[in-house]
Formats: sequence, C-alpha cells, structure tokens
Amino acid sequence: MIEQNPIIRLSNFKEVNCGFSEEQAIIEANRCLQCARPLCIEGCPVNIDIPGFIKYIKDKQFKEAISLIKNYNILPAICGRVCPQEVQCEERCILGKRGEPIAIGALERFVADWEKKNKLNICPDCQSPNRIKVAIIGSGPAGLTCAADLAKYGYDITIYEAFHTGGGVLIYGIPEFRLPKTIVKEEIETLQILGVKIQYNTVIGKLYTFGDLRNLGFKAFFISVGAGLPILLNNTGIELIGVLSANEFLTRANLMKAYNFPDYDTPINIGKYVSVIGGGNVAMDSARVALRLGAEKVTIVYRRSEKEMPARKEEIYHGKEEGVEFLFLTDPLEFLGDENGKVKEMRVRKMQLGDLDESGRSKPIPIEGSEYIIKTDMIIVAIGTRANPILTNATPELNLNKLGYIETNERGQTNIKDIFAGGDIVTGSATVISAMGAGRIAANAINEYLLNSNNLIIKE
Amino acid sequence: MGYKIIKKKELVKNLIYEMEIYEKQISKKSQPGNFLLFRVNEKGERFPLTIADYNREKGTISIVFQVVGKSTKLLSLLNEGDEILDVIGPLGNNIQIKKYKYPVIVVAGGIGIAPCYPQARALKEAGNEIIIIIGARTRDLLFWKEKMALVSDQLIICTDDGSEGKKGVVTEPLKEIIIEQPISLVIAIGPLIMMKYVAKTTDGKLGFPKIPTMVSLNTIMIDGTGMCGGCRYSSLDGKIYFACVDGPDVDGHIVNFDNLIQRSIRFKEKEIISLENYENKCKAINKWESNN
Ligand SMILES: Cc1cc2nc3c(=O)[nH]c(=O)nc-3n(C[C@H](O)[C@H](O)[C@H](O)COP(=O)(O)OP(=O)(O)OC[C@H]3O[C@@H](n4cnc5c(N)ncnc54)[C@H](O)[C@@H]3O)c2cc1C
Ligand SMILES: Cc1cc2nc3c(=O)[nH]c(=O)nc-3n(C[C@H](O)[C@H](O)[C@H](O)COP(=O)(O)OP(=O)(O)OC[C@H]3O[C@@H](n4cnc5c(N)ncnc54)[C@H](O)[C@@H]3O)c2cc1C
Ligand code: SF4
Ligand code: SF4
Ligand code: FES
Repeated sequence: MIEQNPIIRLSNFKEVNCGFSEEQAIIEANRCLQCARPLCIEGCPVNIDIPGFIKYIKDKQFKEAISLIKNYNILPAICGRVCPQEVQCEERCILGKRGEPIAIGALERFVADWEKKNKLNICPDCQSPNRIKVAIIGSGPAGLTCAADLAKYGYDITIYEAFHTGGGVLIYGIPEFRLPKTIVKEEIETLQILGVKIQYNTVIGKLYTFGDLRNLGFKAFFISVGAGLPILLNNTGIELIGVLSANEFLTRANLMKAYNFPDYDTPINIGKYVSVIGGGNVAMDSARVALRLGAEKVTIVYRRSEKEMPARKEEIYHGKEEGVEFLFLTDPLEFLGDENGKVKEMRVRKMQLGDLDESGRSKPIPIEGSEYIIKTDMIIVAIGTRANPILTNATPELNLNKLGYIETNERGQTNIKDIFAGGDIVTGSATVISAMGAGRIAANAINEYLLNSNNLIIKE
Repeated sequence: MGYKIIKKKELVKNLIYEMEIYEKQISKKSQPGNFLLFRVNEKGERFPLTIADYNREKGTISIVFQVVGKSTKLLSLLNEGDEILDVIGPLGNNIQIKKYKYPVIVVAGGIGIAPCYPQARALKEAGNEIIIIIGARTRDLLFWKEKMALVSDQLIICTDDGSEGKKGVVTEPLKEIIIEQPISLVIAIGPLIMMKYVAKTTDGKLGFPKIPTMVSLNTIMIDGTGMCGGCRYSSLDGKIYFACVDGPDVDGHIVNFDNLIQRSIRFKEKEIISLENYENKCKAINKWESNN
C-alpha cells in the first residue's frame, strides 16, 4: 500500500494511507484461498461475504464486488479505513496463522473508492414507500445504518442531528488524515438518494421530546446518540488552562477545522510539550493532530504497556513513524500550573502490571516512591467517554443501566415499546462497525414491530 | 434552510444589536435562562447567545448581542430578511420559576440586561416583587430601560461615570437593600467580574446577610450539549461542572470565578488575530472597490 511519507504528512491533514492500486488489489485478491468454511466472515460484526467480494475483485468485476458488500454494509469506504481489522475479520483469516492475512479492509476500501471514482452510487434494492414515519436520533454510524435499512424497507425516515453536519464521531472525532470528510459526506448523500431526510441543529430532548415526535406522526424511534460525555480526571489541576478533553481538542480541530485558523474562525492553542493521557484511538488521534498543529513533542502517557493499548495497530505504527513518544506504565497524579493558571508540569508515578482484570488486561499497580515531574504545557485527556444525559434526562421513563447507558433487549428494543436504541449509547464506546451492526439489528426489529402492531395496517 | 432575521435594531450605535428571528419550534420550547448557539457562515465558529425574549404566537425569538470579536461582528452585519446559517437550541437549564416569600433582586450589568429580562418577566408573572439594578459604564450603553421597568417594582440604575442614575457599581445599592430588608433570591448576569463581586456580597462572609445567588456563566462553548467540556467551570472545592448543561444559571457562591476569568481569556491572542485578519481583508476589499 502506498503511504504518505511521515515527514511530509506532518505538515498536512491529507490521508496517510493512500490505499491499493488496481494491480495491487488484484494481486492481493488472488492470495485469498476462497475457503469452504471462511473464518474471516465470523470475525466481521456484520458478516460480510468476504470471499464472495474478493472473488469478484480477482475477476475484475468491481461493480459486482461493491454491490455485494453493500448488501451487508452501507459504509464500506469508512469501514475499510477505520475498522480494527486486526482483531476482527483479518484476525480470523486462515492465512494469518502462518503468514500475512488477506488485507480485507484495504480490499473493501479499494472497491468502495472505485465506486466513488466512477460515480456509481449503487443503491441497494428498495421497496416502495409505505409512508410510515420513523425517526432516528443521531447521525453516527449506528443511525446512518438503521436509516438506510429502514428506507430500503420503504419507511419514511427523518434523522435528527444535534450538530450542523452529519456523521457523528466520523466527523468530529476521527481526523481527516484517517478518514477524509468528503467520504462521510458522500455516504450521507447516498442516504438522501434513498429518500432519508436529515434535520440538523436539532437536539432531541431540547427542541423536541418523544411526545412531540409522536404528535408529528412518528411511529417508531431509534436512538443512536453515541457516548459523547468526556470523562475528565479528578486530578487536582484539571481546571488549568491547557488541560482539555480529547473531545474538545478533536472537535475544534476536526468539526470546526481549527487547523485552518484563521481562515476558519474557531481557534485552538497548541503547546510545545503536549501530553496525551490514554491509550486508545482517541489518544492516538489527539497525539497525531497535535503534531500536525505544530507541537514540538507529543507524548502518550498510558498506565499499562504497549501490548494493552486498545488503539488500532496501524495507528500506533503511524504515530511512531511520525514521532509520537510513549511513556508506558505511567499514571498522572496531579497537574501543576503557573501564576496565570496555565499548566506547566504534571506529577506522575510509575506502574507495574499485575493480575488480569475483568477486561482481561493486566491491572496496573502503582510502584511506591516512583513519583516524578514531567514538563508539559498542554494536557489532552483521552481516557474515555460516558453517556450524554441530555436525551435520557428528558425521557425519564427510559430504563438506563448504572452508568447511564440505555438498556435494550438483544434486538435493540427499550422498555418503551416504540423506542429502540443502539451503538455507543447502549454499549459504551465501541467501534464503527459494531455501531453499524446495532443499527441493522434494530432496523429489522423496528420493521417487524411496525408490521406486527395491529393499529398500523398499511393502506395505500 | 437558514434562520430568517425578521427584525433588526441597533440598541447602542455600532455596538449592541437586537434581532428577532423566526423559528417556531425554538420559540415554543424556550424557557427563561435558555441560550442558543449560532454559526453565521460555513467557516464561522459556534458561539452562544441568550434567548432575550420569545413570542410563541408569532413564532419568534429575540437576541441582544454586543459586538466584541469576529463572530458577533459578522452577525451584526446581517440585515432583516437575511438568514443565519445555524441556530441551535434552546440549550441550558431552565431557571426555577416560583413565588418566593420575599422580593427577588435582579442585577444586570452591561449586555447582561438582555438575558435578565426573560427571568425577571417570568418571576414577576409568578407574583414576585422584583427589584432590578442595572449597571453600565455610561448612559449611552444603557438599553431596554422601559422594558425592564415593566417587569420590575423598582428599577435602580448605576453608571460608572454618574451620567445616569447613581454613580458607582451595582454592588453599592445591592448592599443597601439587603441590609434593609429580607430578600429571597439574587440573580446576577453580566461580566464575570461583576458576578464575582455580587456573589461575594451575598455569600455571608463580608458581614452582609447570606442570600441564595444565581449567576449566568458565559464561558466559551462549542457544542453546548455537554460533549466537549470546553465550557467547564470549577467550584471552590474543586469539582468540575459544564456550564452548557449544568448551567448557564448556577449557584454563584460555589463558582471559582478567578479560574473562570483566567479561562475566559485563553484564546485572546487568537481572537484578536481573527478579527484583525477579517478587518484587514475588508479594508483591502474596500480599497479595491474604490479603486475600480
Ligand atoms: C477520536 C475517535 C477515534 C475513533 N476511532 C475509531 C476507529 O478507528 N475505528 C473504529 O471502529 N471506531 C473508532 N472510534 C469509535 C467509533 O467512532 C464509535 O464507536 C462510533 O462512532 C459510535 O457510533 P454511534 O452511531 O453509536 O455514535 P456517534 O458516532 O457518537 O454519533 C452520535 C450522533 O448523535 C448526535 N446526538 C447526540 N445527542 C443527540 C441528541 N440529543 N439529539 C440529536 N442528536 C444527538 C451526535 O451529535 C452524533 O452526531 C473512535 C472514536 C473516537 C471518539
Ligand atoms: C450561555 C451564554 C450566553 C451568552 N449570552 C450573550 C448575550 O445574550 N449577548 C451577548 O452579547 N453575549 C452573550 N454571550 C457571550 C458571547 O457568546 C460572546 O460575546 C461571543 O461568543 C464572542 O464571540 P466573538 O467571536 O465576537 O468574539 P471573540 O473574538 O471570541 O472574543 C472577543 C472578546 O470577547 C471575550 N469573549 C469571548 N468569548 C466570550 C464569552 N463566551 N463570554 C464573554 N466574553 C467572551 C474574549 O475574551 C475577547 O476579549 C453569552 C455567552 C454564553 C456562554
Ligand atoms: S466491515 Fe470491518 S470487520 Fe467487516 S470485513 Fe469490513 S473491515 Fe472487516
Ligand atoms: S479466511 Fe482468509 S483466505 Fe479464507 S476466505 Fe477469508 S480472506 Fe480468504
Ligand atoms: S460547550 Fe461543550 S461541553 Fe459545554
């Protein structure tokens, strides 16, 4: 695969991984064994017929390949880029046992990009409209998938989105150099071809309640509002200037395009010595954005070791290439500021790994007397998110679990029978493809629910 | 689909503007204390303004804003009939409207007069006796005097230079009143520094009676829905809150104002660049136009 040179890419926000050429894609497709019992499919949360589409690529039938994928996954250009393939489809590929697994994600991306290049915009077969209105709350991957599936069944779909633009984390979280925003825009345009309406600037729970929406004629709802409440450490010094959540940092940079300041109006301040706390994709993205915005040194501070980092392998590798530094087994204790309230140092302590915890990862244990001070003038906190309570507070009848996430059955239905939910607001922060999987499951459940409810006999 | 400006008024020349915007659903849902987020154009930032008034019959909302930087400048250049690209809301908590035992004092500083209005009106309609204290640097910066008089039983005006009403700061008449009579609630909206001193006056530590005090925190925001934490403020005992969802109207006695004041200027250099850049561009265009 062709990649942008690390030194050049530090001065731009263009995509790092440039993808397969046609020849490369065909060579890679030819390596696939076309297994009789393809394990790769089991690794994909939406069970794409992987050997099926790879066979089409082998035979240069790219249009057939993308049509096949789209029956399973409406956002292939996105998943091909951001799925953690090494723990999903590619982990299971039989070739991975002895050598390199098939680059399934890259092949998926290749045909999706090919479709875009040829402006085909393949819409899967749709049923005729039935004029039954369903509302989707939130336009992240879960909401987009649910909307597309229901639109295909013929429902009249409106997506309500709080922001001025659609895509959820795909837009405000994941940076341009990993997922170009034009791709997300194009995927959303495809939905609009399917007849899906999107109403932006609409915070459900504030501008409309479910009661209001029922009065507007909606018969069922899918909540896919994500887990957008940043967890901030309880450390002393969290209020200092220069300490911010990854959400704020990435939203300024990605959604509001602060990297184009002052052409764009939203400002962002960048330190010289930036510390990013956390070890997931969000931490890696923050670190790499900070480097591109001119930080001299960016250090990831993580409590465990590299092995436990939840970030995608490709991102860690790219981050290292770009010069991100890592302080493993290090726990931040306190942030210290100067007389103007600006952060200048961080007190940390060393950790060692102990027994496995519930998540199956080794538990970090503090090492007595190992505290020391790190010089830093910007701290980005990327230790996870929780459920945002705006919508659930306005809907007190909805059952939540202890952490504030929405409780559903295995088909996505909540305790209120016309309300379904899925994605990060049910599972907590997960992945794009698992959110999409939840959107699909709920779409099928909503379809069944609406067909079964007696008062909803579909009339012409 | 934009949001149409149906009325525009210059309240203070080149500085403070009032706009009425047509948006039925927002006006239906607006409550005293709520705010809106605006984005004027594709490259613009998202910035908050309080809902200064709403008319549910007409389906409109009103804002009053002071031009301080680029975003408010751009908004001020729009005219009746123009559309604002994005208006998001109503956001923020609702203030509690009920009948209190004793009078309520509303302290409004500068541009804070406008956000005070819907709160004063609602509390007055709930049967409360309302005393309003308005403070401004000088008389030319005063607006909505008649409107505020209509929703109060007593209206006190202070100016720094004595050009209208009493000479001095708003905390002076506030002290006089709270020594004299029992007061159930103080509401203060204005510059951070004013709110800080009002809260200090009523926290019981200076020898004046302790009175519950609500302030409206105008921190820098992005999403306004609790998603970024950029708007956060800390309490004196070190807890973190988000002004956009836990506020903007909050208990003034727990707020760490000194930290908030430091935080409020954290983008100052950038904000100046942004405005200068824009003004230079305008100058260049004007020059070009006059040369051609
Ligand atoms: C920085 C970052 C990097 C990531 N990298 C990866 C990666 O590489 N690979 C991967 O698989 N996963 C990654 N993830 C995780 C993945 O993006 C999420 O799991 C996924 O986006 C969740 O999808 P969702 O549809 O549930 O919610 P979201 O994508 O969070 O979308 C929710 C949408 O709902 C809207 N909304 C919220 N409240 C309301 C309301 N009240 N009314 C109306 N609209 C509302 C929000 O504005 C948002 O647009 C990353 C996450 C982050 C933050
Ligand atoms: C909940 C809320 C309600 C508000 N209601 C009103 C209102 O009704 N009318 C009104 O005129 N303003 C109100 N504000 C303030 C308004 O949002 C800012 O004046 C505006 O964002 C400034 O943008 P700008 O680009 O024009 O100026 P900038 O270039 O961003 O800033 C110029 C100057 O203003 C200061 N400033 C920047 N942001 C803020 C801020 N959020 N609050 C105070 N000072 C700031 C800066 O320190 C700088 O000196 C409110 C703020 C909040 C949070
Ligand atoms: S959607 Fe993700 S997991 Fe499934 S095949 Fe594509 S890259 Fe693999
Ligand atoms: S497991 Fe690997 S080799 Fe087998 S079909 Fe799947 S991708 Fe091809
Ligand atoms: S403005 Fe983002 S959390 Fe309040």
